[in-house]
Amino acid sequence: MQEQERNIRYNAYVEAKIAKTHAWPSLFNSFWVGGLICTLGQLCNDLILLWFPSVSTQSAWAYTLIILIFLASFLTGLGVFDKIGAFAGAGTIVPITGFSNSIASPAIEFKNEGIIFGMCAKMFIIAGPVIVSGTVASMIVGLIYLFL
Amino acid sequence: MNEWYVYLIIFATGGLICFLGQILIIKTKMTSARILVTFVVLGVVLEAIGIFDPISEFCKAGINVPIIGFGASLAKGAISAVKSNGILGIFTGGLTATAGGIAAAIFFAFIFGIIFRAKTKKL
Amino acid sequence: MERKRGNQTVFFNNKPKIIGHYSIVGPKEGKGHLRKYFSQIEEKDDFFGQKTYEKAERVMIERALDGAIKSANAKYSDVHLFMAGDLLNQIISSSYAARSFDIPYVGVFGACSTMAESLALSACLVDGGHFDTIACATSSHFSTAERQFRFPLELGNQRPPTSQWTVTGSGADVVSIKGNGPRITSATFGKVTDFGINDVNNMGAAMAPAAMNTLIAHFKDTNTTPDDYDLILSGDLGKLGSEILIDLMEDQGYKLGLNYKDCGQMIFKRNQNVLMGGSGCGCSATVFNSIIMKKLIAGEYKKVLFMATGALLSTTSSQQGDTVPGIAHAVVIEGVEK
Repeated sequence: MQEQERNIRYNAYVEAKIAKTHAWPSLFNSFWVGGLICTLGQLCNDLILLWFPSVSTQSAWAYTLIILIFLASFLTGLGVFDKIGAFAGAGTIVPITGFSNSIASPAIEFKNEGIIFGMCAKMFIIAGPVIVSGTVASMIVGLIYLFL
Repeated sequence: MNEWYVYLIIFATGGLICFLGQILIIKTKMTSARILVTFVVLGVVLEAIGIFDPISEFCKAGINVPIIGFGASLAKGAISAVKSNGILGIFTGGLTATAGGIAAAIFFAFIFGIIFRAKTKKL
Repeated sequence: MERKRGNQTVFFNNKPKIIGHYSIVGPKEGKGHLRKYFSQIEEKDDFFGQKTYEKAERVMIERALDGAIKSANAKYSDVHLFMAGDLLNQIISSSYAARSFDIPYVGVFGACSTMAESLALSACLVDGGHFDTIACATSSHFSTAERQFRFPLELGNQRPPTSQWTVTGSGADVVSIKGNGPRITSATFGKVTDFGINDVNNMGAAMAPAAMNTLIAHFKDTNTTPDDYDLILSGDLGKLGSEILIDLMEDQGYKLGLNYKDCGQMIFKRNQNVLMGGSGCGCSATVFNSIIMKKLIAGEYKKVLFMATGALLSTTSSQQGDTVPGIAHAVVIEGVEK
């Protein structure tokens, strides 16, 4: 009991001791980088529609996302993405680029353990939960709509 | 509507979503995997209750490029497949709609994984 | 003189001495405050010419051990035991490095406290007369620690403000009954202490209570006060952790003054983006085996209390929601006998 109290007191003390850093610069960076990535996506989409009029709106979106995913994995491979990410935080994590980076970075990292058990197996250590939770949630939605 | 005005809206809404993500990171010490999961599920929910499309109409890439759009496509796929295929649609709908994105992410990660080597952070 | 007082402190009456020391660091550490004190700096390639970072870490230990033995003017056959440890699972860096030497090997694990732990144990074995000469070494590498404890290197995330930067480096010492060098006079072995911190990005706060326990036990057992030492050196508490330690010690009635320093804060410059400072086995090992040993030999320091702290967690324990237990071991090193 005494120990528990001591631990709670200590945790509260540490929490108060942590120097409060100003969150505004990182919030601002995440805002404009995130906004810029979204704008870039729209620009891509509009250009595809402009140059290839035969492409449907839906396919244009798919191409746009694939292009963004390609750019993010390429920058990850070059070792640039982690620097942008350290600067922008959620600005690069929340857009689809963060999803792409979370698959590409372990693939590069764990290549040393072999292609099969290293790269292929570890590729989803971060993105796995995203795909699993998204798929399960969408199936629940599908189930609900089945009975509506 | 003026072309530039549209881009401004996209910039502002996309930025706002990332801004909210950053607040979550700072306040809850969430790791990036948890952030992604939260936003994907949020996208699924928004689509399920039918308010994603009106938002998407207004902000376009502002909400489609963030991972929320990925969640929304999963749900959209599941819903439309259920309507056309019944029970089977529950299983096939979501991943079919997002297959392009997932396959692209896997493929490019595989290629660049083979080409590149991890570098120590130089911050 | 007695050999043990209190529950935790042992005394070495036969004067085991540190006759050789060596430190090797990576590029980032080489740009820090202690640049001119390190024995060897790898300026560019933190792969150390190897294919993987794990292999690079082994090479660092091998070079550090080799350098320490050379600096002691000894031969490999003079060293009777090699004691080492590191941060990786199953301490592979140390064991694989020991594979290349024809010396009996003992692996020790104390997380980031390994340098002080192995120095204390070596002194015990040398003082007890079982071995004449023992080499001890430890190492850490930013990129191996990062992948084991945190995320892939290329993941675009932000480091939490309380986190520390694992030092890429290795340090080695040769402890012997013969020869001349700074003497190890006593050691205090710490107890595992857990004050319920479960933030794995706040190691300083998790280890500070262990450091406090060991320091108090040491001062009580040896009847000394902080003022009796030219330098009290903690391992890798970092900025936050050492501030907490000063507070905790004050609550217990001990005042840590200007003679208290922390390796984690000494090694990097403030503009190197390391947030709370350096950490890892290599942090205390390289700082101790560079500036501290040189100043001890030069006579600038006469009595140093070197206490390295470690956080005894694994990724499994932290994922299961366990708190982070800390440990701290202290050794007292006195200047060269005239």
